[in-house]
Amino acid sequence: MEDKKIFTDPDLTKRTVIGPNGEDITVDPIQDYFCDALPKKHEPKRAKIFESFFNWARAESIWVLGFGTGCGSIELYPLLTPRFDAYRFGVQMRPTPRQANLMIISGYLSVKTLKRAIRSYEQMQNPKFVMALGSCTINGGMYFDSYNTINRLDKYMPVDVYVAGCMPRPEAILAGFEALKKRIKAGKAEGANLYAENFETYKKNQKKIIRDWNMPDYNW
Amino acid sequence: MEKIIQHLQGTFDVKVVKKQRDDLYFVTVGKEQAIPAVTYLRDAEGFTHLVMITVADWMEKGVFELNYIVHNYELHADISICTNINREEATMHSAHHLWEQAWTYQRELKEMYGIDFPGSPRVDESFNLEGWDNIPPMRREFDTLKYANETYFPRPGRETHDPAAYMKQKLYPDE
Amino acid sequence: MSIDWIKLLFTLLGLFIVLNYGLLQYGMIRRITARIGKRIGMPVYQPYIDLIKNYSMRSQITHGVMFYLGPVFRLAGGVGIFMFMPLIYGSYYWSNYSFSGDVILIMYFMFFGMLGMALGASEGGHPYSFIGISRGLSQFTTVEVPFTLAVIAVAVQHHSFSLTEIVAGQQGGIMHWNIMTNPFAGIAAMLAFLGMMMASPFNVVQAPQEIPIGPPTEYHGTYLGLLQTNRAILYVSESILMVNLFFGGATNWIELIVKSFLVFFWPVFVGLVFPRFRIDQSIPWFLKLPLILGIIGIFMV
Repeated sequence: MEDKKIFTDPDLTKRTVIGPNGEDITVDPIQDYFCDALPKKHEPKRAKIFESFFNWARAESIWVLGFGTGCGSIELYPLLTPRFDAYRFGVQMRPTPRQANLMIISGYLSVKTLKRAIRSYEQMQNPKFVMALGSCTINGGMYFDSYNTINRLDKYMPVDVYVAGCMPRPEAILAGFEALKKRIKAGKAEGANLYAENFETYKKNQKKIIRDWNMPDYNW
Repeated sequence: MEKIIQHLQGTFDVKVVKKQRDDLYFVTVGKEQAIPAVTYLRDAEGFTHLVMITVADWMEKGVFELNYIVHNYELHADISICTNINREEATMHSAHHLWEQAWTYQRELKEMYGIDFPGSPRVDESFNLEGWDNIPPMRREFDTLKYANETYFPRPGRETHDPAAYMKQKLYPDE
Repeated sequence: MSIDWIKLLFTLLGLFIVLNYGLLQYGMIRRITARIGKRIGMPVYQPYIDLIKNYSMRSQITHGVMFYLGPVFRLAGGVGIFMFMPLIYGSYYWSNYSFSGDVILIMYFMFFGMLGMALGASEGGHPYSFIGISRGLSQFTTVEVPFTLAVIAVAVQHHSFSLTEIVAGQQGGIMHWNIMTNPFAGIAAMLAFLGMMMASPFNVVQAPQEIPIGPPTEYHGTYLGLLQTNRAILYVSESILMVNLFFGGATNWIELIVKSFLVFFWPVFVGLVFPRFRIDQSIPWFLKLPLILGIIGIFMV
């Protein structure tokens, strides 16, 4: 294409501000405002009995990050209604990624959304799980030949449970919760450690499609 | 409605008038006259609502057909002002001074088709595709399947069936 | 100065009882809310599991020293209210560390937790924390006004700032309770109590549907666990305070639990019926009816 003017976010460009005493301070927001320490692997507790007890607590108290993408976010709301009532299984919605354990990717992800999803995922704290709904996240679904939606989610972040369907009904999502609980109790749901170990690979895949990477590599 | 069309024909160099329904006309004018025609419809005839600005890619003819669809709330009628612009050096006069929502449409067209609207506010910012570096994806020479296969790690084992034949085979295997 | 170890032990035991009572009560509330919504709701013991899970998070991040201290201050506020409040009238060991003038200290501790939270949340740097904490502080300030008036009315009535003496003055049947002898101050305090508990009409500060969850936006893991612990202690302590001030106190544990349970459910049921106020609606609301009632309450005495 012809020379396209590159647009840069004014909030993220380097700039110089004048300090209170008249000195110049150079501000580089990507360096200064974010922390870019890489993720660490956190070993499970040495004593088996503690770890299995904590895993039981994690499984029985799943806090879901309310991050809706695609058509599946509509299917999530019935979970909280009297008919399905996911509260019975210890599933609660949390509005902020800091407090959430489970991220539900509820449908197709465009590249633009993937960037936000990765940011939210990285802000979640260590025992964290990902549940992916619908065929779109498994192999692209009906958007397999789209120029802008990803095909396989597990290339970009570790996925614990896939729920098939287009879209899965709330019953299927409840079954997915049960499968996730079994996985956590068995100690297999170590997605966060997997992400930390294969950080290079995941980042390479992510940067391949997110071209304007204007955030730090890992933003907690 | 007829009267408005006749008036348009009298005032502007109208090439084609296509009547789709009683309340929907497609009027094709030259590139220089499209914005004046839309302005005339908005200011004089009460077509105050911009329904959308959209484009059709006629690769065989080498043109983009731009449509400005406007709506009149009193007549409950739509008129689409169409104009053909060259596909290779696609530029069009901006309509951002008529409706503010034209900004976003023009931004999208710039990104998806590479049609430039000089002077339109924020037209150079990315809209949906942040940091796209290929040819604009909605142009028909862009092969989405090839691009998706190269970029997005297709999962092996995907197969496609003709729905009619497949269901016939499945439901009535004997026939 | 000698320390009365047995008394300290009893106070800590009381703290433990109140903690469990608060957690179970929170579970009960969620259960009742669910029943009203025709749901089954979470198990009653769900708050315990949430607490264990939050304390067992593997990775935590911090934003600085005040970020650590925020939940600690908040917890200190909750525990402080509890420590200086007589639980059971007439019992030496269960009256904790109440002394003459404890009402003033308790009022101070209520605000102390909020301020600590403000400092900690500001250190988090999340813009929603700022909005949430500014809303919380301004609302809490206006809540304090009618509540303070009501407390002053009660104190003037009994010529004492000591909770024990206030409770002592209310013994002898339901007609001696302050809610009966000074109904205006009582109603003003009950209305202010709605704001103190941050139940539905006034929960714009912390509701998950508002600016995501307000002050604790950045808190997670152990920090959030501390906040949950504090919530259990603080809310029960505040309802025990209401029992002491206006409902005649309690002479044994069963009476205490029944009374504080009923007092606790007043904001819950109000919250289930009324929709949420915006912050610019709730502040004038507190400065109208409850304030006037509080002033009348003082003049009544």
